Amino acid sequence: MEKDRWITIITGHYGSGKTNLAVNLALDAKKSGQPVTVIDLDIVNPYFRTADFSKLFSQEGIEIIAPVYANTNLDIPALSGAVDGVLRQKKGVIIIDVGGDDAGAIALGRYSEEIRDVGYELIYVINCYRYLTKNPEDALTVMREIEAASGLRATKLFNNSNLGKETDGETVLRSIPFAEECETVSGVPLWATAVESRYADELSSYSIYPVTIYVGPNF
Amino acid sequence: MGQKYLMKGNEAIAEAAIRAGCKHFFGYPITPQTEVAAYMAKQMPKIGGTYLQAESEVAAINMVLGAAAAGVRAMTSSSSPGISLKTEGISYIAGSDLPCVIINVMRGSPGLGGIQPSQADYWQATRALGHGDFQVIVFAPSSVQEIVDLLGKAFDLAEKYRMPAMMLADGMLGQMMEPVEFPETEPKMAEKPWAVTGHNNERPHNIINSLYLTPSDLEEIVVNRFKRYDEVKKNEVMYEAYQAEDAEFGVVAYGATARVVKSAVNQAREKGIKVGLLRPITVWPFPEKEVAAFGNQVKKLLCVEMSMGQMIDDVKLAVNGSCPVEFYGRTGGVVPSPAEVLKAIEEMAK
Repeated sequence: MEKDRWITIITGHYGSGKTNLAVNLALDAKKSGQPVTVIDLDIVNPYFRTADFSKLFSQEGIEIIAPVYANTNLDIPALSGAVDGVLRQKKGVIIIDVGGDDAGAIALGRYSEEIRDVGYELIYVINCYRYLTKNPEDALTVMREIEAASGLRATKLFNNSNLGKETDGETVLRSIPFAEECETVSGVPLWATAVESRYADELSSYSIYPVTIYVGPNF
Repeated sequence: MGQKYLMKGNEAIAEAAIRAGCKHFFGYPITPQTEVAAYMAKQMPKIGGTYLQAESEVAAINMVLGAAAAGVRAMTSSSSPGISLKTEGISYIAGSDLPCVIINVMRGSPGLGGIQPSQADYWQATRALGHGDFQVIVFAPSSVQEIVDLLGKAFDLAEKYRMPAMMLADGMLGQMMEPVEFPETEPKMAEKPWAVTGHNNERPHNIINSLYLTPSDLEEIVVNRFKRYDEVKKNEVMYEAYQAEDAEFGVVAYGATARVVKSAVNQAREKGIKVGLLRPITVWPFPEKEVAAFGNQVKKLLCVEMSMGQMIDDVKLAVNGSCPVEFYGRTGGVVPSPAEVLKAIEEMAK
């Protein structure tokens, strides 16, 4: 993070856990004292999105740019004009939470030129408990589709394998061979494995990213 | 049971239908159920099935009628405004004694309404899914796992009683993700000697029809159909009782709302209020006897819904004046919070 600004893009299959990673990364980046902007670029998902955390972000001094009609009753995949401004002018950390699959990544393609100019990390989130990406071959097919739709390359894999509320340390441990195989087959380095902080000890011999769970229903 | 997967409610609907032997899906996109169609579009070609995005909801339901008439397991899916468009076809399917499964992932309404979760189509699902004297079996799952558990049953019962079955979900259930396990049992398709599959000069023509020229013929058909409905009412009621055994106060709620209510019941119990939940799993047939007995047991009932109060009519009919029935609801796409429901429980228990 030596440059004035840096873009971290979060992509993945639907429901792989992109938004929860975006929220964790934003809060952690803010703790390190840098200005942080989160861009909710999801034009696919109607509920459970980064725009849900506007209040938390504003308390923490994190700027959020969301589609104008996010979380309203208007079902329009319109992007905010403010995205261009942020990509061109902002200093600090920019985290882009992209919609699922190649369908969601189309919106990212709109900005690929500006993003390449600035420099970026494109994180591809994997979850072996998602039915349609349960083996490395299927997971990496989705990654290639996202790369094609966005015009950008995946630079890191992030293992976010989880079973929602039933996730424990053992659940995450069982996903490690899957994540390692994704790394071997794709040649894209595995950056880390997400684990809820309370289970971090069980995975201390692996490269982990301890997370807090923010995304989910209110009950 | 095998491996667990993390699935969205809408994805689980689609996968469970495929596993139940449904190879014919006709749909049209509408939030918050579009993932059902998107999943079917991806998976149906892989299993030699048919996914067809029709030109409208009206077309899709009539394609279901055609496929069901040919004896295959057929399904369509939509959300509130789209279901309204399908109601003419649903009436024709019921009038033709055809089995099929219809998904409604309810959203805010009336009119175009909104895309957030709602339960305001209860009256429509249980009383008016089209014109005429008919009923549809209506399941109201409360978790992603329950969607999986009920979808095969919906097809089975639709075939057993030769009538449509509906999965009445809401946007919250469609969009939320939970771990699920799929049963490893093979679907059991019913024999369908009535299906129009070509007679090969080996039997008389089968005719699928809902038009009867003689009033007394139509009356006889409808009366016989209602005898089958009586069998459904007798045999197929499903419900869950939660913390109900020693309850002095009761809540009745279904679907995702029942999940919110469970949290509130747990909190109320911690505060010393003896409250329990009765959750209809089938809303038609409605668990009349069970709600009546619950009404006799408790001092008061509270009905909680994401609507202005629709299921409360069935609750009041069931208790028939034996105890007061109060209501708490949010509508327009607003999901009640456990804290709000707890407050309503505390008010009731005052």
